[in-house]
Amino acid sequence: MVKVSMKVNGKPVSAELEPRTLLVTYIREHLRLTGTHVGCDTAQCGACTVLVNGKAVKSCSIVAMQAEGADVLTIEGVAKPDGTLHPMQAAFKENHGLQCGFCTPGMVMNALDFAKSNPNPSEQEVREALEGNLCRCTGYHNIVKSIVAGAKAMAATK
Amino acid sequence: MHAFQYHRPSSLKDATATGAKDEAKYLAGGQSLVQAMKLRLAAPTDLIDLSSLKELSGIKVSGSAVEIGAMTRHAEVAASAEVKKAIPALASLAGMIGDRQVRHMGTIGGSLANNDPAADYPAAVLGLGATITTNKRKIEGDKFFKGLYETALEPGELITSVSFPVPKRAAYMKFKNPASRFAIVGVFVADFGGSARVGVTGAGPSAFRQADMEKALAAKFAPDSVANVKVRADGLNTDLHASAEYRAHLVTVMARRAVEAALS
Amino acid sequence: MNAPLVGARIQRKEDYRFLTGAGTYTDDVALPGQTYAAFVRSPHAHARLRKVDIEKARKAPGVVGVFTGQNLADAKVGGLPCGWLITDVDGKPMKEPPYPALAQGKVRHVGERVAVVVAETLQQAREAAELVEVDYEVLPAATDVRAARKSEPLHDIAPDNTCYVWSIGDKAAVDAAFAKAAHVTKLEFVNNRLIPNAIEPRSVNAMYSRADDSYTVYVASQNPHVERLLMTAFVLGLPEHKVRVVAPDVGGGFGSKIFLYAEDVACTWASRQLNRPVKWTAERSESFVSDAHGRDHFTVAELAMDKDGKFLAMRVDTMANLGAYLSTFASCVPTILYATLLAGQYTTPLIYCRVASMFTNTTPVDAYRGAGRPEATYVVERLVETAAREMKIDPAEMRRRNFIRTFPYQTPVALQYDTGDYEATLQAAMKMADVAGFQKRKEEAAKRGKLRGLGYACYIEACGIAPSNVAGSLGARAGLFEVGEIRVHPTGSVTVFTGSHSHGQGHETTFAQVVADRLGLAVEQVDIVHGDTSKVLFGMGTYGSRSIAVGGTAIVKALDKIIAKGKKIAAHLLEASDADVEYDRGVFKVAGTDRQKTFGEVAFAAYVPHNYPLDKLEPGLNENAFYDPANFTFPAGSYVCEVEVDKDTGATRIASFVAVDDFGKVINPMIVEGQVHGGLTQGIGQALIESTRYDAQGQLMSGSFADYAIPRASDVPYFVVDTRETPCTHNPLGVKGCGEAGAIGAPAAVVNAITDALGVKDVPMPATAHTVWSALQKTSH
Repeated sequence: MVKVSMKVNGKPVSAELEPRTLLVTYIREHLRLTGTHVGCDTAQCGACTVLVNGKAVKSCSIVAMQAEGADVLTIEGVAKPDGTLHPMQAAFKENHGLQCGFCTPGMVMNALDFAKSNPNPSEQEVREALEGNLCRCTGYHNIVKSIVAGAKAMAATK
Repeated sequence: MHAFQYHRPSSLKDATATGAKDEAKYLAGGQSLVQAMKLRLAAPTDLIDLSSLKELSGIKVSGSAVEIGAMTRHAEVAASAEVKKAIPALASLAGMIGDRQVRHMGTIGGSLANNDPAADYPAAVLGLGATITTNKRKIEGDKFFKGLYETALEPGELITSVSFPVPKRAAYMKFKNPASRFAIVGVFVADFGGSARVGVTGAGPSAFRQADMEKALAAKFAPDSVANVKVRADGLNTDLHASAEYRAHLVTVMARRAVEAALS
Repeated sequence: MNAPLVGARIQRKEDYRFLTGAGTYTDDVALPGQTYAAFVRSPHAHARLRKVDIEKARKAPGVVGVFTGQNLADAKVGGLPCGWLITDVDGKPMKEPPYPALAQGKVRHVGERVAVVVAETLQQAREAAELVEVDYEVLPAATDVRAARKSEPLHDIAPDNTCYVWSIGDKAAVDAAFAKAAHVTKLEFVNNRLIPNAIEPRSVNAMYSRADDSYTVYVASQNPHVERLLMTAFVLGLPEHKVRVVAPDVGGGFGSKIFLYAEDVACTWASRQLNRPVKWTAERSESFVSDAHGRDHFTVAELAMDKDGKFLAMRVDTMANLGAYLSTFASCVPTILYATLLAGQYTTPLIYCRVASMFTNTTPVDAYRGAGRPEATYVVERLVETAAREMKIDPAEMRRRNFIRTFPYQTPVALQYDTGDYEATLQAAMKMADVAGFQKRKEEAAKRGKLRGLGYACYIEACGIAPSNVAGSLGARAGLFEVGEIRVHPTGSVTVFTGSHSHGQGHETTFAQVVADRLGLAVEQVDIVHGDTSKVLFGMGTYGSRSIAVGGTAIVKALDKIIAKGKKIAAHLLEASDADVEYDRGVFKVAGTDRQKTFGEVAFAAYVPHNYPLDKLEPGLNENAFYDPANFTFPAGSYVCEVEVDKDTGATRIASFVAVDDFGKVINPMIVEGQVHGGLTQGIGQALIESTRYDAQGQLMSGSFADYAIPRASDVPYFVVDTRETPCTHNPLGVKGCGEAGAIGAPAAVVNAITDALGVKDVPMPATAHTVWSALQKTSH
């Protein structure tokens, strides 16, 4: 067993884990933050995307120990404490950027990171930024629209 | 995933001491290794996380070379203003690897040590004639890739940095696998003024140089020089996604497009 | 009064929980005493099981139980049933081989379950599963449907691997029409096998309670009541009232979560043996080999025309690959849901179709988004486009000459279309696609070295399969009605219970719009409950784009009852006669006066019946309805796809895609558009990149997202979509359904565009870059 400590959604957490524990397993099974999803076993789908030190990472593709000391943000930590949606979340709602909701947390987390450095992205830039996120419901149309709108909204509220 | 012992050494010496164990593996970004372990295709007894070795990260540009630390993430190379200035093709290649999430974790050292036949960096190593520095020695890029997932690295040997000579101009073109987004064929061309290099990935069991094209480009660095160079299909990969013949054809197409891009 | 809610772009009520990580999918459910299951799966496509040795696994750390097919046989657990009996052309019933949840005697496809290991942790279960030793006697595998008849038999009862041969139509009349045709167009193609790949992998978490001898089964299912019915009545022999099935948030289905799966049965059964909850969630690589696949037809299709391009007859011969076993609705997909759609939008007077459905050593095939209708549309629309080109008639004009224009229209393949306006959708689509400007765009593309092509597809779909008695006479073993219940609370807010299930479709919003509109409430005052057999009376679930047409209508029928009762209560309160009370969106009014009571006042009176006609009327306001439709609904539409093919690489880019659909009345255009976008993308995936490949030994070569491509954001453009409305004539909402349309129409449109670009008669699906490049090598491009 190894000891791992990190901050998740602003809160310090630590645990004794088997070294092979994936970050996503730690988040879902140990912390019971089940908003982060697992959709594949080959790192294509991106449903497990979280931010590690502000950067979008697939939490199924690293062991929890690789996030030792890091600041991890999951979908549960994105809205304001009073429940108000973050502008990116709101953009997904307004643009019908989700259907079954399973890929959604990964989409939102990746979009949050992407929008930080792309305040006014083009459709094409958004599509390229979604190389690592699969959705089977929406045909991406409204996800792309959501992220374009969400990025602008984030820039406007800065 | 099978169980393993986890190590996070704070010095290169400690890392390589543990790395000498038979079934030990270095963990760089883990974007290939962790996947392989999950699918139980790899089962190291010891995993040596290199993330505390700050000396393995970073980009240094001198007049004639770009030196990239082994633990430098793809995203850092892609975004580096210095790399973009010195070898824009290299930054562009790094920006085409996997996807944004993978680029935030994946490292150049990890990619080269793994030597996936469809990985992008090997094309640049060959296309630019890079030198790979390990904890033990310097290895010429041309002698580094030995075959499918095989490299010149000895057991326990650890890549510390990679040095890319700065060419006059260069470009990388990639034809992506629709499923994995790895290269079905990727071609890196570089003009060194009087000599040229062409590194090809995805097409064969391991990345290789295309001598006929290099000769033609050395004479004249122009799209037409490679447009009619027919690549032989013998020895190239045939799989679900592409036949050897198609790959051979794509090498020529991607090479021509890379030269066009390098000149534009 | 508020603006109408029906027809409005209301944002979805369910989004908040999904956007904040508060959704509850099956794998998110953790039960006290939870254990985890791992399945031992066959690495061989066809083998006899000589021995399954579980001793080492049983003794492994954390293991609480290991079970094999023998255990299920000893316990008299039944096989998985098939829900539709197809009768062979010779009058005999189809062959129904046993489909045990864990293999008995033989394995018949890679990934078939041989044993299940249950342990305290998932890691322990997976590690112990590797310790199960299976001695296989490998047999030759049948993988190609065309060779199946002569391959090693999978099942004793089907020595030629044929499940049934079925036909529809008058063959002699069709043959006669072909004999005198001015032109015959013939195509031969494979409708490629697809792997559904909902992003949420299948999952089940089953718990047995000794306290009352009952089961609670959480499962990623599109139809929890059907799951319960099949599992209790046909497999486990349990009374239904002792089993609660909950399909909580479900991450996409596309058909693949309709079926009763072996894993659900094994975990439910094991939960009782172990008296512990047992959870299993598929790894994606397991999904690839164990979720029912879709399509996989080999078809020879011919269309006969007179000299003006008027269709005289169609003749279709299809071999359908069923995979190794009969999945829940596998038998009706390539027959009832396929051949009956071959008239398309056209007046083709004579149609004959023969279907031979074969067993092969591959994963079972069943309904996948569209289920038979995409295959039919592909046959019709590829034939029509090809015929037009061969006869040098403009493809749009060819369609116009043959459109059905008077309704109701009886097709020669059993269906009666109630309404439609095919010209309207085609005209709108052509305008939006700027077909007139295509030639110019083609020339411009040529200057860039690109081949530009344009393709149409005018599809018809049959949704809300019905009525039950007709379906029953055709072999259905289940009812096809739907159930709705309206529970009005004393303060006037409403909970609606529906037997339909939402796994992305947005029922919680759409259904609430329908109800709130009718009751004069805000959408927030209406909640929709679905997916739990302990809450919802009954239901057939969600498949075949039926939810609004059948489930929505059941709700409307229940609303009618609420309003009828409300009128009586209002009449009492207003001291008027029942007959004088009128109702409109939340207000009960005495006709011709301004005396009125609101819906809320009436609801309150029903639950606080102080001033109430107790002598004539029960208190309370709670009604339900079972609705069995009189006919199918017939959505239809016209799609125009433009592609650009890169001559050098063969890569196809979708340059534009226009879809104009007639879904009848649209409740929420935003949600409908989303359904179309998703369907189109799956259709484009089928046409361009989704390739299921088995090798000769029956190994699935495309068994992960690294080898099986599903569309990414960069593979598709922004879509241009619109709707036209010819309301359905036989349901009160005038709705038809929209869930599958995109997947039905898109493949033919894309392939028609590619063949146009290349100037070739056909390219196989998926038209990958490699495939198109290979086709280009035989052209002058």
